[in-house]
Amino acid sequence: MLPLHSLQSIIQQLVREEWGRILASLIKTLGDFQLAEDCLQDAIVTAMDRWPKNGVPDTPAAWLITTARRKAIDRLRREASFAAKELDIAYLNDLEQRAEGEDESGTIPDKRLEMLFTCCHPALDEKTRIALTLRALGRLTTEEIAAAFLDRTDAMAQRLVRAKKKISLAGIPYEIPGEDILPDRIVSVLKVIYLIFNEGYSATTGEALTRTDLSEEAIRLARIMWSLLPEEREIGGLLSLMLLHDSRRRARLSAEGHMVPLEDQNRTIWNKGRITEGISILKDILPKPKTGPYQVQAAISAVHSESQSWEETDWPQIVALYDLLHRIEPSPIVRINQAIAVSYAHSVDEALAMLDDTASDGALDRYQPYHAARADLLSRSGNAQAAIENFETAIQLSGNTRERAFLEKKLRNCSS
Amino acid sequence: MQYMLLIYADPNVQPQPGTPEFGTMMKGYADFSQHVQDDGKFVAGNALEDAPTATTVSVRGGETTLTDGPFAETKEHLGGYYLLDCTDLDEAVKYAAMIPSATHGRVEVRPVMVFD
Repeated sequence: MLPLHSLQSIIQQLVREEWGRILASLIKTLGDFQLAEDCLQDAIVTAMDRWPKNGVPDTPAAWLITTARRKAIDRLRREASFAAKELDIAYLNDLEQRAEGEDESGTIPDKRLEMLFTCCHPALDEKTRIALTLRALGRLTTEEIAAAFLDRTDAMAQRLVRAKKKISLAGIPYEIPGEDILPDRIVSVLKVIYLIFNEGYSATTGEALTRTDLSEEAIRLARIMWSLLPEEREIGGLLSLMLLHDSRRRARLSAEGHMVPLEDQNRTIWNKGRITEGISILKDILPKPKTGPYQVQAAISAVHSESQSWEETDWPQIVALYDLLHRIEPSPIVRINQAIAVSYAHSVDEALAMLDDTASDGALDRYQPYHAARADLLSRSGNAQAAIENFETAIQLSGNTRERAFLEKKLRNCSS
Repeated sequence: MQYMLLIYADPNVQPQPGTPEFGTMMKGYADFSQHVQDDGKFVAGNALEDAPTATTVSVRGGETTLTDGPFAETKEHLGGYYLLDCTDLDEAVKYAAMIPSATHGRVEVRPVMVFD
Protein backbone atom coordinates (compact mmCIF):
# COMPACT_ATOMS: atom_id res chain seq x y z
CA MET A 1 0.00 0.00 0.00
CA LEU A 2 1.16 3.50 -0.80
CA PRO A 3 2.02 5.88 2.00
CA LEU A 4 -0.82 8.29 2.68
CA HIS A 5 0.95 11.49 1.66
CA SER A 6 1.95 10.16 -1.76
CA LEU A 7 -1.57 8.84 -2.31
CA GLN A 8 -2.94 12.26 -1.50
CA SER A 9 -0.61 13.88 -3.99
CA ILE A 10 -1.69 11.29 -6.59
CA ILE A 11 -5.32 12.21 -5.99
CA GLN A 12 -4.52 15.90 -6.09
CA GLN A 13 -2.68 15.54 -9.35
CA LEU A 14 -5.44 13.44 -10.84
CA VAL A 15 -8.00 16.03 -9.81
CA ARG A 16 -5.92 18.83 -11.34
CA GLU A 17 -5.46 16.95 -14.61
CA GLU A 18 -8.95 15.58 -14.97
CA TRP A 19 -11.08 18.11 -13.10
CA GLY A 20 -12.37 19.89 -16.21
CA ARG A 21 -13.17 16.71 -18.10
CA ILE A 22 -14.93 15.08 -15.15
CA LEU A 23 -16.87 18.21 -14.22
CA ALA A 24 -17.94 18.82 -17.82
CA SER A 25 -19.28 15.31 -18.13
CA LEU A 26 -21.11 15.56 -14.79
CA ILE A 27 -22.76 18.86 -15.71
CA LYS A 28 -24.01 17.29 -18.91
CA THR A 29 -25.73 14.41 -17.12
CA LEU A 30 -26.89 16.35 -14.06
CA GLY A 31 -27.88 19.50 -15.92
CA ASP A 32 -26.75 21.64 -13.00
CA PHE A 33 -23.37 23.32 -12.62
CA GLN A 34 -23.44 23.79 -8.86
CA LEU A 35 -24.77 20.30 -8.11
CA ALA A 36 -22.09 18.77 -10.34
CA GLU A 37 -19.31 20.69 -8.62
CA ASP A 38 -20.56 19.94 -5.11
CA CYS A 39 -20.90 16.24 -5.86
CA LEU A 40 -17.49 16.06 -7.46
CA GLN A 41 -16.03 17.62 -4.30
CA ASP A 42 -17.90 15.00 -2.24
CA ALA A 43 -16.55 12.23 -4.45
CA ILE A 44 -13.00 13.51 -3.99
CA VAL A 45 -13.46 13.46 -0.21
CA THR A 46 -14.72 9.87 -0.47
CA ALA A 47 -11.73 8.94 -2.62
CA MET A 48 -9.36 10.36 -0.02
CA ASP A 49 -11.02 8.09 2.51
CA ARG A 50 -11.47 4.90 0.47
CA TRP A 51 -8.47 4.65 -1.80
CA PRO A 52 -5.90 4.30 1.00
CA LYS A 53 -7.85 1.24 2.22
CA ASN A 54 -9.02 -0.31 -1.04
CA GLY A 55 -6.33 0.87 -3.43
CA VAL A 56 -6.61 3.27 -6.34
CA PRO A 57 -9.18 2.05 -8.89
CA ASP A 58 -8.03 1.15 -12.42
CA THR A 59 -9.86 4.09 -13.93
CA PRO A 60 -9.84 6.73 -11.21
CA ALA A 61 -11.60 9.38 -13.30
CA ALA A 62 -14.48 7.04 -14.14
CA TRP A 63 -14.67 6.05 -10.46
CA LEU A 64 -14.96 9.72 -9.46
CA ILE A 65 -17.70 10.31 -12.02
CA THR A 66 -19.72 7.30 -10.92
CA THR A 67 -19.32 8.20 -7.26
CA ALA A 68 -20.22 11.84 -7.89
CA ARG A 69 -23.32 10.77 -9.77
CA ARG A 70 -24.42 8.52 -6.90
CA LYS A 71 -23.89 11.45 -4.53
CA ALA A 72 -26.09 13.54 -6.79
CA ILE A 73 -28.84 10.93 -6.75
CA ASP A 74 -28.66 10.85 -2.94
CA ARG A 75 -28.82 14.63 -2.75
CA LEU A 76 -31.75 14.84 -5.12
CA ARG A 77 -33.60 12.11 -3.17
CA ARG A 78 -33.01 13.92 0.10
CA GLU A 79 -34.11 17.25 -1.30
CA ALA A 80 -37.18 15.60 -2.74
CA SER A 81 -38.28 14.11 0.57
CA PHE A 82 -37.54 17.33 2.45
CA ALA A 83 -39.61 19.32 0.07
CA ALA A 84 -42.24 16.57 0.11
CA LYS A 85 -42.63 17.04 -3.58
CA GLU A 86 -42.96 14.53 -6.31
CA LEU A 87 -39.62 14.05 -7.94
CA ASP A 88 -39.15 12.93 -11.46
CA ILE A 89 -38.48 9.28 -10.64
CA ALA A 90 -37.86 8.45 -14.28
CA TYR A 91 -35.05 11.01 -14.31
CA LEU A 92 -33.42 9.52 -11.23
CA ASN A 93 -33.73 6.01 -12.62
CA ASP A 94 -32.21 7.12 -15.85
CA LEU A 95 -29.39 8.78 -13.96
CA GLU A 96 -28.78 5.64 -11.90
CA GLN A 97 -28.74 3.46 -14.96
CA ARG A 98 -26.24 5.67 -16.63
CA ALA A 99 -24.13 5.55 -13.50
CA GLU A 100 -24.22 1.73 -13.64
CA GLY A 101 -23.62 1.49 -17.38
CA GLU A 102 -20.43 3.49 -17.37
CA ASP A 103 -18.82 1.69 -14.46
CA GLU A 104 -16.60 -0.61 -16.48
CA SER A 105 -15.90 1.26 -19.67
CA GLY A 106 -13.80 4.02 -18.08
CA THR A 107 -14.25 6.28 -21.09
CA ILE A 108 -15.57 9.74 -20.33
CA PRO A 109 -17.45 11.57 -23.06
CA ASP A 110 -15.66 14.86 -23.61
CA LYS A 111 -17.99 17.76 -22.84
CA ARG A 112 -15.33 20.36 -22.16
CA LEU A 113 -16.17 22.33 -25.26
CA GLU A 114 -19.79 22.67 -24.17
CA MET A 115 -18.58 23.81 -20.77
CA LEU A 116 -16.20 26.34 -22.33
CA PHE A 117 -19.00 27.89 -24.39
CA THR A 118 -21.26 28.04 -21.34
CA CYS A 119 -18.59 29.64 -19.15
CA CYS A 120 -17.81 32.24 -21.84
CA HIS A 121 -21.44 32.98 -22.66
CA PRO A 122 -21.94 36.67 -23.47
CA ALA A 123 -24.87 36.84 -21.02
CA LEU A 124 -22.26 36.70 -18.23
CA ASP A 125 -20.05 39.66 -17.49
CA GLU A 126 -16.47 39.51 -18.62
CA LYS A 127 -14.78 39.05 -15.26
CA THR A 128 -17.27 36.32 -14.41
CA ARG A 129 -16.51 34.55 -17.70
CA ILE A 130 -12.81 34.60 -16.88
CA ALA A 131 -13.28 33.39 -13.32
CA LEU A 132 -15.75 30.69 -14.28
CA THR A 133 -13.55 29.40 -17.08
CA LEU A 134 -10.56 29.22 -14.76
CA ARG A 135 -12.58 27.43 -12.10
CA ALA A 136 -14.39 24.99 -14.37
CA LEU A 137 -11.70 24.08 -16.88
CA GLY A 138 -8.60 25.31 -15.22
CA ARG A 139 -6.64 23.81 -12.44
CA LEU A 140 -7.09 26.84 -10.22
CA THR A 141 -8.98 26.90 -6.95
CA THR A 142 -11.30 29.74 -6.00
CA GLU A 143 -8.57 31.06 -3.64
CA GLU A 144 -6.04 31.07 -6.47
CA ILE A 145 -8.40 32.85 -8.85
CA ALA A 146 -9.24 35.45 -6.19
CA ALA A 147 -5.52 36.00 -5.56
CA ALA A 148 -4.85 36.42 -9.25
CA PHE A 149 -7.44 39.19 -9.48
CA LEU A 150 -6.63 40.69 -6.08
CA ASP A 151 -10.15 39.89 -4.96
CA ARG A 152 -11.22 38.54 -1.62
CA THR A 153 -11.87 34.82 -1.72
CA ASP A 154 -15.42 35.16 -0.43
CA ALA A 155 -16.22 37.81 -3.04
CA MET A 156 -14.86 35.58 -5.79
CA ALA A 157 -16.73 32.56 -4.40
CA GLN A 158 -19.93 34.59 -4.39
CA ARG A 159 -19.37 35.71 -7.96
CA LEU A 160 -18.97 32.08 -9.01
CA VAL A 161 -22.09 30.95 -7.15
CA ARG A 162 -24.15 33.76 -8.72
CA ALA A 163 -22.88 32.84 -12.16
CA LYS A 164 -23.75 29.17 -11.76
CA LYS A 165 -27.20 30.18 -10.55
CA LYS A 166 -27.72 32.41 -13.55
CA ILE A 167 -26.61 29.67 -15.94
CA SER A 168 -29.20 27.36 -14.49
CA LEU A 169 -32.09 29.81 -13.96
CA ALA A 170 -31.72 31.84 -17.14
CA GLY A 171 -31.36 28.75 -19.27
CA ILE A 172 -27.89 29.43 -20.64
CA PRO A 173 -27.46 26.39 -22.88
CA TYR A 174 -24.84 23.73 -22.25
CA GLU A 175 -24.23 22.97 -25.87
CA ILE A 176 -21.97 23.71 -28.78
CA PRO A 177 -23.71 26.73 -30.34
CA GLY A 178 -25.55 26.35 -33.63
CA GLU A 179 -23.79 27.36 -36.80
CA ASP A 180 -25.50 30.75 -37.00
CA ILE A 181 -23.97 31.91 -33.72
CA LEU A 182 -20.88 29.68 -33.53
CA PRO A 183 -18.43 32.18 -35.09
CA ASP A 184 -19.43 34.89 -32.59
CA ARG A 185 -19.21 32.49 -29.69
CA ILE A 186 -15.77 31.30 -30.70
CA VAL A 187 -14.67 34.95 -30.73
CA SER A 188 -16.11 35.32 -27.23
CA VAL A 189 -14.24 32.27 -25.90
CA LEU A 190 -10.97 33.28 -27.56
CA LYS A 191 -11.26 36.73 -26.03
CA VAL A 192 -11.62 35.22 -22.56
CA ILE A 193 -8.60 32.99 -23.12
CA TYR A 194 -6.52 35.93 -24.39
CA LEU A 195 -7.60 38.08 -21.43
CA ILE A 196 -6.48 35.32 -19.08
CA PHE A 197 -3.16 35.17 -20.89
CA ASN A 198 -2.65 38.92 -20.79
CA GLU A 199 -3.61 39.13 -17.15
CA GLY A 200 -0.72 36.75 -16.55
CA TYR A 201 1.61 38.25 -19.11
CA SER A 202 1.38 41.98 -18.57
CA ALA A 203 1.66 41.51 -14.80
CA THR A 204 -0.09 44.75 -14.01
CA THR A 205 -0.98 43.74 -10.50
CA GLY A 206 -0.58 40.88 -8.10
CA GLU A 207 2.00 38.29 -7.36
CA ALA A 208 4.26 37.30 -10.21
CA LEU A 209 4.03 33.55 -9.69
CA THR A 210 0.23 33.36 -9.84
CA ARG A 211 0.41 35.49 -12.92
CA THR A 212 2.67 33.08 -14.79
CA ASP A 213 0.19 30.35 -13.93
CA LEU A 214 -2.54 32.33 -15.67
CA SER A 215 -0.57 32.49 -18.90
CA GLU A 216 0.18 28.77 -18.70
CA GLU A 217 -3.48 28.13 -18.10
CA ALA A 218 -4.53 30.22 -21.10
CA ILE A 219 -2.15 28.29 -23.35
CA ARG A 220 -3.51 25.02 -22.01
CA LEU A 221 -7.11 26.15 -22.59
CA ALA A 222 -6.32 27.11 -26.17
CA ARG A 223 -4.72 23.70 -26.72
CA ILE A 224 -7.81 21.94 -25.37
CA MET A 225 -10.16 24.08 -27.44
CA TRP A 226 -8.17 23.59 -30.62
CA SER A 227 -7.98 19.83 -30.14
CA LEU A 228 -11.78 19.83 -29.94
CA LEU A 229 -12.37 22.27 -32.84
CA PRO A 230 -9.41 21.60 -35.14
CA GLU A 231 -11.09 23.26 -38.13
CA GLU A 232 -11.23 26.66 -36.44
CA ARG A 233 -7.91 28.19 -37.41
CA GLU A 234 -8.27 31.31 -35.29
CA ILE A 235 -7.87 29.09 -32.22
CA GLY A 236 -4.54 27.97 -33.66
CA GLY A 237 -3.77 31.61 -34.40
CA LEU A 238 -4.34 32.60 -30.79
CA LEU A 239 -2.36 29.60 -29.51
CA SER A 240 0.55 30.56 -31.77
CA LEU A 241 0.34 34.21 -30.71
CA MET A 242 0.41 33.31 -27.01
CA LEU A 243 3.31 30.88 -27.47
CA LEU A 244 5.35 33.52 -29.31
CA HIS A 245 4.62 36.20 -26.71
CA ASP A 246 5.35 33.75 -23.94
CA SER A 247 8.70 32.84 -25.50
CA ARG A 248 9.92 36.31 -24.46
CA ARG A 249 8.73 36.08 -20.88
CA ARG A 250 12.22 35.95 -19.36
CA ALA A 251 13.64 38.62 -21.64
CA ARG A 252 10.93 41.23 -21.16
CA LEU A 253 11.67 41.95 -17.51
CA SER A 254 15.06 43.04 -16.23
CA ALA A 255 16.58 41.64 -13.04
CA GLU A 256 15.20 44.70 -11.23
CA GLY A 257 11.72 43.96 -12.55
CA HIS A 258 11.74 46.71 -15.17
CA MET A 259 10.04 46.31 -18.51
CA VAL A 260 12.48 45.67 -21.35
CA PRO A 261 11.15 46.65 -24.78
CA LEU A 262 11.47 44.22 -27.67
CA GLU A 263 14.17 46.49 -29.07
CA ASP A 264 16.49 45.92 -26.11
CA GLN A 265 15.67 42.33 -25.26
CA ASN A 266 18.36 39.70 -25.03
CA ARG A 267 17.15 37.42 -27.80
CA THR A 268 19.40 34.53 -26.75
CA ILE A 269 17.18 33.89 -23.73
CA TRP A 270 13.98 33.68 -25.75
CA ASN A 271 12.38 30.27 -25.32
CA LYS A 272 13.27 28.40 -28.54
CA GLY A 273 10.80 25.60 -27.93
CA ARG A 274 7.90 28.04 -27.69
CA ILE A 275 9.04 29.86 -30.85
CA THR A 276 9.40 26.66 -32.86
CA GLU A 277 5.95 25.47 -31.82
CA GLY A 278 4.31 28.85 -32.43
CA ILE A 279 5.81 29.21 -35.90
CA SER A 280 5.05 25.64 -36.91
CA ILE A 281 1.38 26.09 -35.98
CA LEU A 282 1.30 29.28 -38.01
CA LYS A 283 2.95 27.72 -41.06
CA ASP A 284 0.31 25.05 -40.95
CA ILE A 285 -2.72 27.36 -40.80
CA LEU A 286 -1.73 30.55 -42.62
CA PRO A 287 -1.84 29.23 -46.20
CA LYS A 288 -5.51 28.27 -45.79
CA PRO A 289 -8.22 30.79 -46.66
CA LYS A 290 -9.93 33.21 -44.25
CA THR A 291 -7.21 34.69 -42.11
CA GLY A 292 -8.35 36.06 -38.76
CA PRO A 293 -6.86 38.79 -36.55
CA TYR A 294 -5.09 36.42 -34.13
CA GLN A 295 -3.33 34.71 -37.00
CA VAL A 296 -2.08 38.04 -38.37
CA GLN A 297 -0.92 39.17 -34.93
CA ALA A 298 0.88 35.85 -34.53
CA ALA A 299 2.48 36.36 -37.94
CA ILE A 300 3.76 39.79 -36.85
CA SER A 301 5.14 38.28 -33.68
CA ALA A 302 6.75 35.50 -35.72
CA VAL A 303 8.62 38.01 -37.89
CA HIS A 304 10.21 39.37 -34.71
CA SER A 305 10.91 35.86 -33.43
CA GLU A 306 12.74 34.93 -36.60
CA SER A 307 14.92 38.02 -36.62
CA GLN A 308 18.41 37.92 -35.11
CA SER A 309 18.18 41.53 -33.93
CA TRP A 310 15.91 44.57 -33.87
CA GLU A 311 17.93 46.13 -36.72
CA GLU A 312 17.64 43.07 -38.94
CA THR A 313 13.83 42.88 -38.56
CA ASP A 314 11.93 42.55 -41.83
CA TRP A 315 10.09 45.86 -41.33
CA PRO A 316 8.38 46.06 -44.75
CA GLN A 317 6.84 42.66 -43.99
CA ILE A 318 5.59 43.95 -40.62
CA VAL A 319 4.14 47.08 -42.24
CA ALA A 320 2.27 44.87 -44.73
CA LEU A 321 0.94 42.62 -41.97
CA TYR A 322 -0.34 45.59 -39.95
CA ASP A 323 -2.05 46.80 -43.08
CA LEU A 324 -3.77 43.42 -43.42
CA LEU A 325 -4.70 43.48 -39.73
CA HIS A 326 -6.20 46.93 -40.07
CA ARG A 327 -8.32 45.75 -42.97
CA ILE A 328 -9.66 42.80 -40.93
CA GLU A 329 -10.07 44.67 -37.65
CA PRO A 330 -9.56 48.43 -37.84
CA SER A 331 -8.33 50.04 -34.61
CA PRO A 332 -6.11 52.97 -33.60
CA ILE A 333 -3.58 50.74 -31.83
CA VAL A 334 -3.01 48.82 -35.07
CA ARG A 335 -2.31 52.09 -36.89
CA ILE A 336 0.03 53.27 -34.11
CA ASN A 337 2.02 50.04 -34.30
CA GLN A 338 2.05 50.24 -38.06
CA ALA A 339 3.41 53.79 -37.89
CA ILE A 340 6.28 52.56 -35.71
CA ALA A 341 7.04 49.84 -38.27
CA VAL A 342 6.87 52.46 -41.05
CA SER A 343 9.46 54.54 -39.20
CA TYR A 344 11.96 51.69 -39.57
CA ALA A 345 10.85 50.46 -42.98
CA HIS A 346 10.68 53.93 -44.58
CA SER A 347 11.26 57.06 -42.54
CA VAL A 348 10.40 58.69 -39.23
CA ASP A 349 8.71 61.62 -41.01
CA GLU A 350 6.41 59.30 -42.91
CA ALA A 351 5.56 57.56 -39.64
CA LEU A 352 4.78 60.86 -37.89
CA ALA A 353 2.51 61.89 -40.74
CA MET A 354 0.66 58.59 -40.47
CA LEU A 355 0.31 58.97 -36.70
CA ASP A 356 -1.03 62.51 -36.96
CA ASP A 357 -3.46 61.39 -39.62
CA THR A 358 -4.76 58.63 -37.31
CA ALA A 359 -5.19 61.10 -34.44
CA SER A 360 -6.67 63.94 -36.50
CA ASP A 361 -10.19 63.48 -35.07
CA GLY A 362 -8.96 63.99 -31.49
CA ALA A 363 -10.10 60.53 -30.37
CA LEU A 364 -6.58 59.60 -29.26
CA ASP A 365 -5.95 62.70 -27.13
CA ARG A 366 -6.21 60.66 -23.92
CA TYR A 367 -4.70 57.49 -25.34
CA GLN A 368 -1.38 56.62 -23.71
CA PRO A 369 0.09 54.44 -26.53
CA TYR A 370 -0.42 57.29 -29.00
CA HIS A 371 1.57 59.76 -26.92
CA ALA A 372 4.28 57.21 -26.14
CA ALA A 373 4.67 56.33 -29.83
CA ARG A 374 4.68 59.97 -30.86
CA ALA A 375 7.26 60.85 -28.21
CA ASP A 376 9.49 58.08 -29.46
CA LEU A 377 9.25 59.14 -33.09
CA LEU A 378 9.82 62.82 -32.24
CA SER A 379 12.89 62.05 -30.17
CA ARG A 380 14.30 59.99 -33.04
CA SER A 381 13.68 62.84 -35.45
CA GLY A 382 15.68 65.15 -33.15
CA ASN A 383 12.71 67.15 -31.87
CA ALA A 384 13.55 66.73 -28.18
CA GLN A 385 11.25 69.42 -26.80
CA ALA A 386 8.11 68.07 -28.44
CA ALA A 387 9.16 64.54 -27.48
CA ILE A 388 9.42 65.53 -23.80
CA GLU A 389 5.91 66.96 -23.86
CA ASN A 390 4.50 63.76 -25.34
CA PHE A 391 6.40 61.58 -22.87
CA GLU A 392 4.99 63.64 -20.00
CA THR A 393 1.44 63.21 -21.28
CA ALA A 394 2.02 59.47 -21.76
CA ILE A 395 3.33 59.13 -18.20
CA GLN A 396 0.30 60.99 -16.90
CA LEU A 397 -2.03 58.63 -18.72
CA SER A 398 -0.26 55.40 -17.74
CA GLY A 399 -1.98 53.22 -15.16
CA ASN A 400 0.78 50.67 -14.79
CA THR A 401 3.82 51.14 -12.55
CA ARG A 402 6.23 49.19 -14.72
CA GLU A 403 5.10 50.97 -17.83
CA ARG A 404 5.38 54.34 -16.13
CA ALA A 405 8.90 53.56 -14.91
CA PHE A 406 9.80 52.60 -18.47
CA LEU A 407 8.43 55.85 -19.90
CA GLU A 408 10.12 57.91 -17.20
CA LYS A 409 13.45 56.36 -18.12
CA LYS A 410 12.88 57.26 -21.76
CA LEU A 411 11.98 60.79 -20.74
CA ARG A 412 15.24 61.11 -18.78
CA ASN A 413 17.24 59.87 -21.77
CA CYS A 414 15.47 62.40 -23.91
CA SER A 415 16.06 65.33 -21.54
CA SER A 416 19.74 64.68 -20.97
CA MET B 1 -38.78 27.71 -20.50
CA GLN B 2 -40.77 30.90 -20.50
CA TYR B 3 -38.98 34.20 -20.95
CA MET B 4 -40.35 37.68 -20.38
CA LEU B 5 -39.03 40.13 -22.93
CA LEU B 6 -39.43 43.60 -21.43
CA ILE B 7 -39.18 46.39 -23.96
CA TYR B 8 -37.70 49.68 -22.76
CA ALA B 9 -37.36 52.78 -24.90
CA ASP B 10 -36.93 56.51 -24.52
CA PRO B 11 -40.18 58.09 -25.77
CA ASN B 12 -38.20 61.04 -27.09
CA VAL B 13 -35.91 58.86 -29.14
CA GLN B 14 -38.32 56.29 -30.53
CA PRO B 15 -40.19 56.97 -33.82
CA GLN B 16 -43.07 59.42 -33.35
CA PRO B 17 -46.63 58.72 -34.55
CA GLY B 18 -47.31 60.24 -37.96
CA THR B 19 -43.77 59.74 -39.26
CA PRO B 20 -42.84 57.08 -41.84
CA GLU B 21 -40.43 55.61 -39.25
CA PHE B 22 -43.35 55.01 -36.92
CA GLY B 23 -45.17 53.10 -39.65
CA THR B 24 -42.08 50.97 -40.27
CA MET B 25 -41.80 50.22 -36.56
CA MET B 26 -45.47 49.24 -36.23
CA LYS B 27 -45.18 47.01 -39.27
CA GLY B 28 -42.08 45.51 -37.66
CA TYR B 29 -44.05 44.71 -34.51
CA ALA B 30 -46.90 43.14 -36.49
CA ASP B 31 -44.40 41.00 -38.38
CA PHE B 32 -42.59 40.01 -35.20
CA SER B 33 -45.84 39.03 -33.45
CA GLN B 34 -46.80 36.92 -36.44
CA HIS B 35 -43.33 35.39 -36.56
CA VAL B 36 -43.29 34.24 -32.92
CA GLN B 37 -46.84 32.89 -33.30
CA ASP B 38 -45.86 30.94 -36.41
CA ASP B 39 -42.83 29.55 -34.58
CA GLY B 40 -45.09 28.44 -31.75
CA LYS B 41 -43.21 30.55 -29.19
CA PHE B 42 -45.84 33.18 -28.39
CA VAL B 43 -47.52 33.03 -24.98
CA ALA B 44 -48.56 36.66 -24.51
CA GLY B 45 -47.58 40.14 -25.55
CA ASN B 46 -48.86 43.68 -25.33
CA ALA B 47 -47.94 47.28 -25.73
CA LEU B 48 -48.46 49.49 -22.68
CA GLU B 49 -49.81 53.02 -22.42
CA ASP B 50 -47.24 55.76 -21.75
CA ALA B 51 -45.36 55.86 -18.46
CA PRO B 52 -47.24 58.97 -17.23
CA THR B 53 -50.40 56.84 -17.13
CA ALA B 54 -48.75 54.55 -14.58
CA THR B 55 -49.83 54.34 -10.97
CA THR B 56 -47.45 52.79 -8.48
CA VAL B 57 -48.99 51.01 -5.51
CA SER B 58 -47.35 50.19 -2.20
CA VAL B 59 -48.75 48.86 1.05
CA ARG B 60 -46.94 49.79 4.28
CA GLY B 61 -48.33 49.04 7.69
CA GLY B 62 -51.64 48.06 6.16
CA GLU B 63 -51.94 51.38 4.40
CA THR B 64 -52.12 51.58 0.65
CA THR B 65 -50.28 54.44 -0.96
CA LEU B 66 -50.57 55.39 -4.59
CA THR B 67 -47.87 57.26 -6.46
CA ASP B 68 -48.48 58.99 -9.75
CA GLY B 69 -46.05 57.65 -12.34
CA PRO B 70 -43.80 54.64 -12.80
CA PHE B 71 -41.75 53.04 -10.03
CA ALA B 72 -38.46 54.37 -11.32
CA GLU B 73 -38.02 57.68 -13.13
CA THR B 74 -35.70 56.78 -15.96
CA LYS B 75 -35.28 58.03 -19.48
CA GLU B 76 -36.23 54.65 -20.88
CA HIS B 77 -39.75 53.53 -20.09
CA LEU B 78 -41.25 50.08 -20.11
CA GLY B 79 -43.36 50.21 -23.24
CA GLY B 80 -44.46 46.65 -23.79
CA TYR B 81 -43.63 43.00 -23.36
CA TYR B 82 -43.66 39.58 -24.92
CA LEU B 83 -43.92 36.35 -23.01
CA LEU B 84 -42.27 33.63 -25.11
CA ASP B 85 -41.72 29.93 -24.71
CA CYS B 86 -38.13 29.20 -25.75
CA THR B 87 -35.76 26.26 -25.39
CA ASP B 88 -32.94 28.30 -23.90
CA LEU B 89 -31.49 31.77 -23.42
CA ASP B 90 -29.85 31.75 -26.85
CA GLU B 91 -33.24 31.35 -28.49
CA ALA B 92 -34.84 34.01 -26.30
CA VAL B 93 -32.00 36.42 -27.14
CA LYS B 94 -32.42 35.67 -30.84
CA TYR B 95 -36.08 36.75 -30.65
CA ALA B 96 -35.31 39.74 -28.41
CA ALA B 97 -32.94 41.03 -31.07
CA MET B 98 -35.77 40.92 -33.64
CA ILE B 99 -37.97 43.31 -31.63
CA PRO B 100 -38.07 46.63 -33.53
CA SER B 101 -37.44 48.76 -30.41
CA ALA B 102 -34.18 46.89 -29.76
CA THR B 103 -32.57 49.11 -32.40
CA HIS B 104 -33.15 52.31 -30.39
CA GLY B 105 -34.15 51.05 -26.91
CA ARG B 106 -33.33 47.90 -24.97
CA VAL B 107 -34.97 44.57 -24.34
CA GLU B 108 -34.50 42.91 -20.97
CA VAL B 109 -34.79 39.14 -21.11
CA ARG B 110 -35.89 37.52 -17.84
CA PRO B 111 -36.66 33.87 -17.21
CA VAL B 112 -40.05 33.31 -15.62
CA MET B 113 -39.68 31.79 -12.17
CA VAL B 114 -40.89 28.23 -11.90
CA PHE B 115 -42.44 27.17 -8.59
CA ASP B 116 -42.22 23.44 -8.09
